[in-house]
Amino acid sequence: MNTDAAGLGRSRAVGFVLPALVLIGVFLVFPALWTIYLGLTDYRLTGLAAADPQVVGADNYTTALGDERFQSSLWLSVQYVLGSAIIGQAGLGFAIAWVMRGRRGPVRRVVEGLVLLSWILPSSVVAFLWIALLDRDGGTLNVLLNTPGAAWLLDHPMLSIIVFNTWRGTAFSMMLYAAALENVPPSHLETARLAGASTFQQLRDVVLPRIKGHILTNMLLISLWTFNDFTPFLITAGGPEGRSEILPFYVYTTALRGGQLGFGAAVSFLILLINLVFALAYLRLLRNRDRDLREAVA
Amino acid sequence: MNTVRHVLGRLASAVFLALVVGFFALPMLWLASAPFDATPSITVSIPEFTLANFRAILDNPYALGSIGNSLIQAGGAALIVVVLAALAAYALSRVRVPGRDALLYVLLLLSSVVTGTAAMVPIFELATRLNLVDTHIGVILVVSGGLLPAAIFILKDFMDATPTSYEESARVFGASPLQILRHIVVPVVRPGLATIAVWAMASVWGGFLMQYILLRDPAKSPSAVILYTLYTEGGQPNLDLISTFSLLYSLPVVLMYLFVSGRYGFRFHGGIKQ
Repeated sequence: MNTDAAGLGRSRAVGFVLPALVLIGVFLVFPALWTIYLGLTDYRLTGLAAADPQVVGADNYTTALGDERFQSSLWLSVQYVLGSAIIGQAGLGFAIAWVMRGRRGPVRRVVEGLVLLSWILPSSVVAFLWIALLDRDGGTLNVLLNTPGAAWLLDHPMLSIIVFNTWRGTAFSMMLYAAALENVPPSHLETARLAGASTFQQLRDVVLPRIKGHILTNMLLISLWTFNDFTPFLITAGGPEGRSEILPFYVYTTALRGGQLGFGAAVSFLILLINLVFALAYLRLLRNRDRDLREAVA
Repeated sequence: MNTVRHVLGRLASAVFLALVVGFFALPMLWLASAPFDATPSITVSIPEFTLANFRAILDNPYALGSIGNSLIQAGGAALIVVVLAALAAYALSRVRVPGRDALLYVLLLLSSVVTGTAAMVPIFELATRLNLVDTHIGVILVVSGGLLPAAIFILKDFMDATPTSYEESARVFGASPLQILRHIVVPVVRPGLATIAVWAMASVWGGFLMQYILLRDPAKSPSAVILYTLYTEGGQPNLDLISTFSLLYSLPVVLMYLFVSGRYGFRFHGGIKQ
């Protein structure tokens, strides 16, 4: 739409856009670009290198890539994304949407309400709820399973935060797949069922081809969000002994707590690059869909 | 044969849904019982009912103040995001500003790539140099910068879908552009503005990382940060305080979502939650 209905004029329009762009420029674009420069220096929070940082070239990057702690936290991040986003949230979200398709009434409202609630509660609160659930002495889970003294957060920190994030974020996938499944005509499923297709065959042959785009969109978005998620820091703080130290915690502990700002910026830049790959793939997908839509209309 | 399969299928889905309800409800039980329990423990139990824990909150030096801080920061950010995003979205929707499509593409890209996690080091550094550490305005500006791209994008979609005929007829009757904006456009797009306001409020209210990095002074910290310090400082968590405070602090977000979903329906915006 390009009709300037209110007679705003081009210069006033630029004036309208400018304040937002300035704020985005200063607090979003500039920090992202500055990361590149900081990552090439030995800048520190305190001490000599704080007053007079030197450019050290790609040193930070070679140090990071050779650092065992960095490698292990990158690997933990991969586990976290695969386990809690791809398998946990997308799998559970799809399963709930599939089982509830066509269902109305109180059961649906209760299930959706609970799943949504776990998504909208503030991070600090859900973190504490999970600490209470998994507590060693008298946590709800130990009482329920009759396993007094089982220290879930100490013995299985990664598993704990993976299950936690599945609980936390399933709502998005559930809603997205519920919307996607509405595009699958019930008559097609009925025909397949009458022809003797099993549930698995129905999913593979009737449902999957129709919601392929949604699945890809969902995977990209939840992977991106989970990769950047800081919430489980409130539960394990990366411990014990760094066994749940995913990449965001690694940056926080080395850069802001340990004071190695230059080094932390270099790792941040690697995170930015990974985010960029996900985001470009997502935008490309959106554009293709727009094009398909236009071709279908034309 | 088919009926057996049908019955088994219904049974399986009922069991599955029961498990789902259990999984999602279990962690929340504690939030429903402990705040009203006279001797709260970490175990969920039938509470010996009391409201004394709510009185204890009033005596904590930072608890109530932190709710005020959350309000200032969430409200301030929501105001900035709504006003600036609305102006930008309107201009981008109605006027062919040069480079518009590229700008929108970059905005969408930025909103997902530059996350708090990826930018925490330079943002901390920038805030330190601009003397914004330990100030409300610092938190407000930083989080607004992060929310604006998505807000502009969503509002532009919203304005594109709004017909221009009202604006055109008002212009015919001689209204000035600014009058048209104030008296025609704002009322028409009000639901969109309200959605963005609630979304921004809720994100900042629940947000943790930026507030945690930018604020050192507990007297300026919002509830998200204070709650975390209540159970990390001194080792032994103060359970009466934490549970009660969690409930107080969560209620506004839940009420806001109920309000929005009741009033406008829970509309699905991809990526509306950070």
